[in-house]
Amino acid sequence: MSDNEIIRVENLHKWFDLLHVLKGVSFSVTQKEVVVIIGRSGSGKSTLLRCLNFLEEPSAGTITIAGQSMTMGPGLRFSHNKAISMRLNTGMVFQDFNLFPHMTALDNVIEGLVTVKKMHKDQAIPIGKKYLQKVGLEEKGFEHPIRLSGGQKQRVAIARALAMEPKVMLFDEPTSALDPELIGEVLDVMKQLAVEGTTMVIVTHEMGFACDVADRILFVDKGLIVESGPPDQIFSHAQDERTKLFLEPIRKVQQIFME
Amino acid sequence: MTVETMKLPGQPGFDPDLDMGQSLVAQKRREQIIQTVKIGVVWVVLIIFLTIILLQFNFDPAYMFAHYDFVLKGLGITIALSFISIFCATILALLGAVARLSNNAIALGISGLYVSIFRGTPLLVQIFIIYSGLPMMGAALAAKGYPQLQQTLTLTAFQTGILALSLNYGAYMTEIFRAGIQSISGGQREAAESIGMNRMQVMRRIILPQAVRVIIPDIGNQFIAMQKDSAQVSVMGVWEMTFRASRLARVDSKFMEMFIVAAFFYWVLTIVSSWAVGIVEKRMRHAYER
Repeated sequence: MSDNEIIRVENLHKWFDLLHVLKGVSFSVTQKEVVVIIGRSGSGKSTLLRCLNFLEEPSAGTITIAGQSMTMGPGLRFSHNKAISMRLNTGMVFQDFNLFPHMTALDNVIEGLVTVKKMHKDQAIPIGKKYLQKVGLEEKGFEHPIRLSGGQKQRVAIARALAMEPKVMLFDEPTSALDPELIGEVLDVMKQLAVEGTTMVIVTHEMGFACDVADRILFVDKGLIVESGPPDQIFSHAQDERTKLFLEPIRKVQQIFME
Repeated sequence: MTVETMKLPGQPGFDPDLDMGQSLVAQKRREQIIQTVKIGVVWVVLIIFLTIILLQFNFDPAYMFAHYDFVLKGLGITIALSFISIFCATILALLGAVARLSNNAIALGISGLYVSIFRGTPLLVQIFIIYSGLPMMGAALAAKGYPQLQQTLTLTAFQTGILALSLNYGAYMTEIFRAGIQSISGGQREAAESIGMNRMQVMRRIILPQAVRVIIPDIGNQFIAMQKDSAQVSVMGVWEMTFRASRLARVDSKFMEMFIVAAFFYWVLTIVSSWAVGIVEKRMRHAYER
């Protein structure tokens, strides 16, 4: 294991009862790397991401994040405490934002600092404001989520995850629930994070964005990583038939725009 | 989400057809008022009709007016009984619901059995068991040399009423609370877990504050139901409204008069309570819009 490797997943399996969703996935992510996972709906890409912070309990395999490691499998007891402590290394952004509606934007951002890190509220507020500023919403701190647009909600959600200062940020289709005109502002924030060297694992259907920010793209099909490589290689010189088939319509659209 | 403000003539964006909108709104309001008045007339006619029928059968309204205050004196007890009991029941239900949703086998076992027994047996039987059954156990324990336990197990009628109502309603409300907690989307739990909260923190900081808004109107409805069920406590001779009504009715053989008086006061009490619950409900509906 190289020194700057931050995530290592070995032979990860996930069963939903008798449905085999992940069939032995292995990959690793190095520090400051932006990895984008693409694939069809139902291919298991979201499940894979959710296994990384144990929102889904992996059925079998080993996950190592920032030096902490957990092995799961039949006959092994899943340790919730271990899962919670490993989870602190990751920040998660959801498709449906999942902001806490009974708190203001600022309270959403500092909730983890106050409740989990036991920070005093007076100390937490400047940190919360700093991260709201980072996503361009410092003036919305005292609004409740109901008063925010979808794009603003998602940016608050990003700030909430960042405030915990995780080693890796996980994004689960962060723009899929947004109106088309609001997608840009969220992608801009994510691009900025990429430029600053944040380690990110992103599940998305935004191929143009994937092409732009990804250091590496993983193509997942039927519970396996079929192909992985830099965007250039995946989009232009895919080796695997399934990857080509998946990207074919996207390339056609791009060609139309080129002409 | 900006609020559309009314445009005045001369200002940019003034709608020349504004008169049409205003007259349509006024017409709708007029129709609503007429409908309300019509329903009110039907109520008055029905009540007069029922009164006339009653008067044909040896009914004595003068007796009602002379003795209504005897029943009314029980109103305080009825209210006290339901207030204290709904408070205790709410706490029981909160504990019960959290237990029902935990992974702990002991908590699940206790809460499951509690809900099953207290929902599956009549309130009246529960009252008898607590009021008459427990003192018998106490007597047996006293014979074995635990006299202080006998005192603990022998409850006054008022205490029994509170205990029985709390336990009974606590069981029903456990299920209401459980449903309320489960109505908070799984995404909220996931988001809270993703920033590192443990199960207790998720429940206390994220789920319960939101669930309370869903649950409070239901607590109000249970409170109204409890006001009426508190009449069952009269079997032990608690001096609440039903007991007082039946006392006097038996003396003078004025059953219809006295029980109608009691019924009337329960009715007024529940109407006032429904109105209060309605206000709370309306406020809850506009949650998080500050």
